[in-house]
Amino acid sequence: MSNYTIGGGFSGENATVQSAHDRPNTITSGHKACQGCGEALGARCVLDAAYRLTGGKIVVVTATGCLEVFSSVYPENSWNVPWIHSLFGNAPAVASGVAAAFRRLGKEDVRVIAQGGDGAIADISMGCLSGMFERNDDVLCVCYDNQAYMNTGVQRSGVTPSFARTATTLPNGVYFGNEERTGKNVPKIAMAHGIPYVAMGSVGNIRDLEQKVVRAMGIRGARYIHVHVPCPLGWGYPTSETIRVARLAIRCGLFPLFEAENGKVVGSTPIEDQVPVEDYLRTQRRFAHLFGKNAPVNALESLQNMANENIDEYRLVGGLAHE
Amino acid sequence: MLHQLEGSQAIARSVALCRPNVVSAYPISPQTHILEGLEGLVRSGKLESCEYMNVESEIGAISVALGAESAGARSYTATSSQGLLHMMEVVYNVSGLELPLVMTLGNRAVGAPINIWNDHSDAMAARDAGWLMFFAETNQEAVDLHILAFRIAEETQCPVIVNVDGFILTHAYEQVDLPSQDQVDEFLPPYKPNTSLTVDNPMAIGAMVPPEYFMEVKHLAHRKQEQALEAIENLGNDFYNKFGRNSGGLVHGYAIQEAETVVVTMGSVAGTIKDVVDELNREGMKFGELSICCYRPFPVSAIVSALKNARKVIVVEKSLAIGLGGILSREIELALNGLDVQMVSVVAGLGGRNITKAMLKECFLKKSSGEVTFLGLDEKLVNSNIGSGL
Amino acid sequence: MFQVRIHGRGGQGVVTAAEMLSIAAFLEGKHAQAFPSFGSERMGAPVMAFCRISDGEIRLREPVMEPNAVIIQDRTVIDATDTFLGIVAGGFVLVNSNSDIRHKLKKVTVKCIDATELALEHVGKPIPNAVLLGSFVAITGILKIESIVAAIKTKFPGTMGEKNINAAQAAYNRVLRII
Repeated sequence: MSNYTIGGGFSGENATVQSAHDRPNTITSGHKACQGCGEALGARCVLDAAYRLTGGKIVVVTATGCLEVFSSVYPENSWNVPWIHSLFGNAPAVASGVAAAFRRLGKEDVRVIAQGGDGAIADISMGCLSGMFERNDDVLCVCYDNQAYMNTGVQRSGVTPSFARTATTLPNGVYFGNEERTGKNVPKIAMAHGIPYVAMGSVGNIRDLEQKVVRAMGIRGARYIHVHVPCPLGWGYPTSETIRVARLAIRCGLFPLFEAENGKVVGSTPIEDQVPVEDYLRTQRRFAHLFGKNAPVNALESLQNMANENIDEYRLVGGLAHE
Repeated sequence: MLHQLEGSQAIARSVALCRPNVVSAYPISPQTHILEGLEGLVRSGKLESCEYMNVESEIGAISVALGAESAGARSYTATSSQGLLHMMEVVYNVSGLELPLVMTLGNRAVGAPINIWNDHSDAMAARDAGWLMFFAETNQEAVDLHILAFRIAEETQCPVIVNVDGFILTHAYEQVDLPSQDQVDEFLPPYKPNTSLTVDNPMAIGAMVPPEYFMEVKHLAHRKQEQALEAIENLGNDFYNKFGRNSGGLVHGYAIQEAETVVVTMGSVAGTIKDVVDELNREGMKFGELSICCYRPFPVSAIVSALKNARKVIVVEKSLAIGLGGILSREIELALNGLDVQMVSVVAGLGGRNITKAMLKECFLKKSSGEVTFLGLDEKLVNSNIGSGL
Repeated sequence: MFQVRIHGRGGQGVVTAAEMLSIAAFLEGKHAQAFPSFGSERMGAPVMAFCRISDGEIRLREPVMEPNAVIIQDRTVIDATDTFLGIVAGGFVLVNSNSDIRHKLKKVTVKCIDATELALEHVGKPIPNAVLLGSFVAITGILKIESIVAAIKTKFPGTMGEKNINAAQAAYNRVLRII
């Protein structure tokens, strides 16, 4: 991340919030996240951008999980915003309640953000999340997707990718990690509710992520951003590699960056330098069994097909990206 | 003003008089008429500045209320039976976060087997959850207890469950005196939250508390409930002075001064028991009745002082701790520890089984075997099945 | 205390009849308690509802075991449930029927009225409850017909209420002529 660069046709306005010397630091330093934590970075990017846009008028509801545990162990906490943690499975509903209260107390200028990991948002809150969506409550829900239950020791979630090794999908004989083509697509579930705004973002593209937050905060009603946040502990890569791993996920097509409005895709972020999925998979120990002596036949091909399907569906390559 | 109303409608109107800002609820029998009533009052404009939220589940209902309360809005929800159990994780959370939410529990049995009728199994599942709990004897008391509940909750920073017998009260038409809006406004000032989510003074609510502090947090919660006893008693007196009705408070005694035998109970069955007590006393016996209005905090000294002259205490309860016996009776027994009182434990009305005067009278006059009595049990049916599953 | 038990089938306004009876009693300054036999409210299923009327406070919460009056909104439930159970001496039975019913009741006044026909005539629907309430006060004399009219108005403001009031009034007049 660079400082402001003025000149050569660029102005400071194009710089990211994260690059600003006076960034809001909604999650301040000193918290207890692992080195290289994608979720800590993702949450700070999202909330700093929302904070900057609203002049600090945000309230944050956080689900149980790594993000909550590393940031709020009594008597310290890292939050520079009004913040509440209730439970693992109810953050979207708590946020709906906060929004309803603000509507009735004449405080609609204060915006409500619900956030949590994929275990919280994609799995255990699914009912509350769907309720918040279908009522079109004025809440932005952000899912920081690190693709497993990391806080409890890397167990499979409903968005763990095919073939990934977790503590509950161990490669063993005929088992090659997580079952192929299982899991759910939460952004599509969100889109099926017809809510005004859905996006996929990544810590591998912070400018893009911030823009999506800005877009989302400019809209009233239920909004959803699904953010890819690599986890060095759970995925098995060096802590210095988080951004590189996130970028490879984007570049191979396994994690498409797109936006949807009212249930329809309206834009996607093109892949500028496509790589085969193997380049992404090889960076992580959770996929190491796909490359050894006993590697399953067709696994790479299957994952490459998934990436290709994304590339086709969202027109990520060849100048066809949605605008 | 006097009205002839269904219990649920009376409760809805009482809650509306308390001017909640957010109401969220999910339908379950027998609580449904309460939420229908409130929704109607909101949509007709009779309850202003209130957001009625139709949610997708009970966990959603109470979580929305939790969020609203944490944002500084007076909030309300209602449920029954399985609904409360579906909420339960959040029930503990609300009290742990010291949010003064008010919830009506239209008391109903808990399955399996599925049963929609009245008993107190659902309430007993929440008895250790850190909420204050009240039981209404009549629909008038249900109306009054809701007004008291908001005041008590907000003064003590403890959430309150108002227990109302499902169907027996919720679906019964009877006469209730609904106070005027001015009277309620005078008794219940606008909600001023102790802590809430505000950008003027950002704070983090709901931190993880490690072993070095957790015991202290729970100890303080316990102390706070003990201290609430005094507030509940005082507010009951305030209520009497303002509204002229003896609703709320800790316990209500009936003919207990001279009584040798006192029947202790909770909820609407107290009325039938009082009729039996009158009959027995007319026949020359010395019976009394004691209703536990405030069940949590458990008012040990009020119970002891009401029962200290009794020689026999019969606890009639609509709940059962499977593998132990009566729940209320065990608690009363502990409270009376050291007193020379004969204890009789009667489990009655489970799953909506009728409790009649005749059954109660026979039971009260029977010599106690020392074992738990299941009122109206079909012994033949039980005996024909007793070996089958073992 | 005057205790009433109403039998009928789901959809015939059995519960509403008990509620309106309690409202009528309330309007005369009496205490009244109305409640259904809970949970069986399915269309066509046998349904019971109860009403107690008293000058003083009503504390009793048991179902009505010894009714002073039984109202039967549908004669087909007579065989399906024990409709006459516990009825006291000097009590009343009012049946919606176009012919007399067979019974072994003693010291009980039994009256039949074709409430469905009157309901169809005045309300346009086979909902006999208003007709039966009008007949009930004519037979028992425990409440005024004006109170029944006011109770119907409370529960059903508007034209449907007006039609039911006409039905109740017509039934009241017809029964007065019979007895």
